Amino acid sequence: MAERVGAGRKAWWVVVDFLVLIYAVFPVLWILSLSLKPTSTVKDGKLIPSSVTFDNYLAIFRSDVFGPALRNSIGIGLITTAIAVVIGAMAAYAVARLNFPGKRVLVGVALLIAMFPQISLVSPLFDISRALGLFNTWPGLIIPYITFALPLAIYALSAFFREIPWDLEKAAKMDGATPGQAFRKVIVPLAAPGIVTAAILVFIFAWNDLLLAISLTATTASVTAPVAIVNFPGSSQFVEPTGSIAAGAMVITVPIIVFVLIFQRRIVAGLTSGAVKG
Amino acid sequence: MAAIVLDRVTKSYPDGTTAVQDLSLDIADGEFIILVGPSGCGKSTTLNMIAGLEEITSGELRIDGQRVNEKAPKDRDIAMVFQSYALYPHMTVRQNIAFPLTLAKIKKGEIAQKVEEMAKILDLTELLDRKPASLSGGQRQRVAMGRAIVRNPRAFLLDEPLSNLDAKLRVQMRTEISRLQRRLRTTTVYVTHDQIEAMTLGDRVVVMRAGVAQQIGTPQELYDTPVNLFVAGFIGSPAMNFFPAQLTDVGVSLSFGDITLTQQVHDIVTAHPTPTNVIVGVRPEHIEDAKLMDKYMRLGALVFEVGVDMVESLGAEKIVHFTIEGASAHSAQLTELAAESGVGENEFIARLPAQSSATAGERIELAFDTTKLAIFDADTGANLTIPPATG
Repeated sequence: MAERVGAGRKAWWVVVDFLVLIYAVFPVLWILSLSLKPTSTVKDGKLIPSSVTFDNYLAIFRSDVFGPALRNSIGIGLITTAIAVVIGAMAAYAVARLNFPGKRVLVGVALLIAMFPQISLVSPLFDISRALGLFNTWPGLIIPYITFALPLAIYALSAFFREIPWDLEKAAKMDGATPGQAFRKVIVPLAAPGIVTAAILVFIFAWNDLLLAISLTATTASVTAPVAIVNFPGSSQFVEPTGSIAAGAMVITVPIIVFVLIFQRRIVAGLTSGAVKG
Repeated sequence: MAAIVLDRVTKSYPDGTTAVQDLSLDIADGEFIILVGPSGCGKSTTLNMIAGLEEITSGELRIDGQRVNEKAPKDRDIAMVFQSYALYPHMTVRQNIAFPLTLAKIKKGEIAQKVEEMAKILDLTELLDRKPASLSGGQRQRVAMGRAIVRNPRAFLLDEPLSNLDAKLRVQMRTEISRLQRRLRTTTVYVTHDQIEAMTLGDRVVVMRAGVAQQIGTPQELYDTPVNLFVAGFIGSPAMNFFPAQLTDVGVSLSFGDITLTQQVHDIVTAHPTPTNVIVGVRPEHIEDAKLMDKYMRLGALVFEVGVDMVESLGAEKIVHFTIEGASAHSAQLTELAAESGVGENEFIARLPAQSSATAGERIELAFDTTKLAIFDADTGANLTIPPATG
């Protein structure tokens, strides 16, 4: 930093950063705390548990719902991400680089889908899903997820594709590449940060979804983790499943953190520097 | 190695604008040809059409006698160097240069060997494992050249390859490109807006304006016998001086004197449909300091007095800027040139020997040899001092 920051200013920023950090992390810590408390102390209102137990975690994994639900969530999330990013990349490339009839309509419809309230589509989707025999199956969730995730992917990716200098593609063509090779060997590697960003967004969307999952699934064949958490029973009908819900919430947070940690290093700015002058 | 023929090639866009019109050009095998002109004259479009990056609206492009209009760039076996260099930022220099060979599915060992050879020629050996981001402008330029040369294509296309370099490096790379081309003897089409590059590099130069080739010839031909005002004003630095004049029975009448043309020149001028308003063009080096001329030379010269605006003393010579009252020449082609170069009307330049006494703010007698001038039609811009058949 060329600019010297005064000590007073620095202290002020430390305070502000700390407040923001607490605001963001406190709920997570609270849930973590809840998940570690035995049922007897769940309602004691203390952040630091007086006694720590992993019973909640053991319980949810011992139940025959959460394990399969987690598997469903991961599988559905990954498949959705893969398909949405591949299709999204091709569509975004077309939107960013080509002029074709109906381009504005395509972009408009994509925006419309992204903004459409999903709740209003739940009943028709339910009917369609049953009529096609997709109810309570993986494809039954993957297909609507892709529909809703694609606009997201297209928008995120077309912004990245637009940043890549045209000349690189022309150069690839002159060097003997087919349009497909130019796309795979030059454009995609350069758009990698964008593709990873889009993938994370799509995965989080699919991973977090509750509305569609709760409407279009019924059994462990396709129930996802959020649905499983909602349906947790207490250990008896008189006990609230607070601890189990907290444990479940912690468990489904982990993959997202891992996902972001793995890929954040790929999201490096300035990857395209040096391609053209300057 | 290839001969490239453009046969009445035209490029027009759906909105009705025409970028290139009826361009016919025979490029011989091994020839170094330059497309030059102000921005928007269609030179880059022409290059892109040869490359296959832009479609040809009408006309035919033949490489070695074969029509290639419909062929994709990769099937034309032509390499191109871009103004922006267009190096692949995610690949090392080695991978960049090897890229065309990898695509051509050449054996790995052979690729490595060719890349090493190329690096040696272009002095890139130490840089092979670097990424383009950590290279200087000149190094990037050389990598771009290497990537083009390494697969031994039938022709090179260079799109303003030097315009991103600083002045010194530009001169250095210019000689390097010239040397490389003479060594490889590969047909080369080079686009530039810089007439000095055009003059120094090309076997032949195509001067373009508004999508139309104005003149195609060797640099000397363009300089000595420009076909119109545009070429006359574009080629040469400092630019040719233009004075308004009227045709008379025996010669031309300028605002500062009359000139009698030789019978030979007069015959050529009158062979054209002759307008009354003409423009007389004189190269700066053909204007002399009248004081330094002997009596005999003064006889054949037109002597006139001017006010000196500015003197640039270059040691070996003096560049003298001067004005003549009421002597600005008007022509559409000149207006276009002035917009490009920023030279105002009624500003003239003479290249005088160093011993001339020209001083800014004073008056001086200048003269020019009346046999070394060009006469242009003020309306059409055509050069009336060359026979109509070639004009």
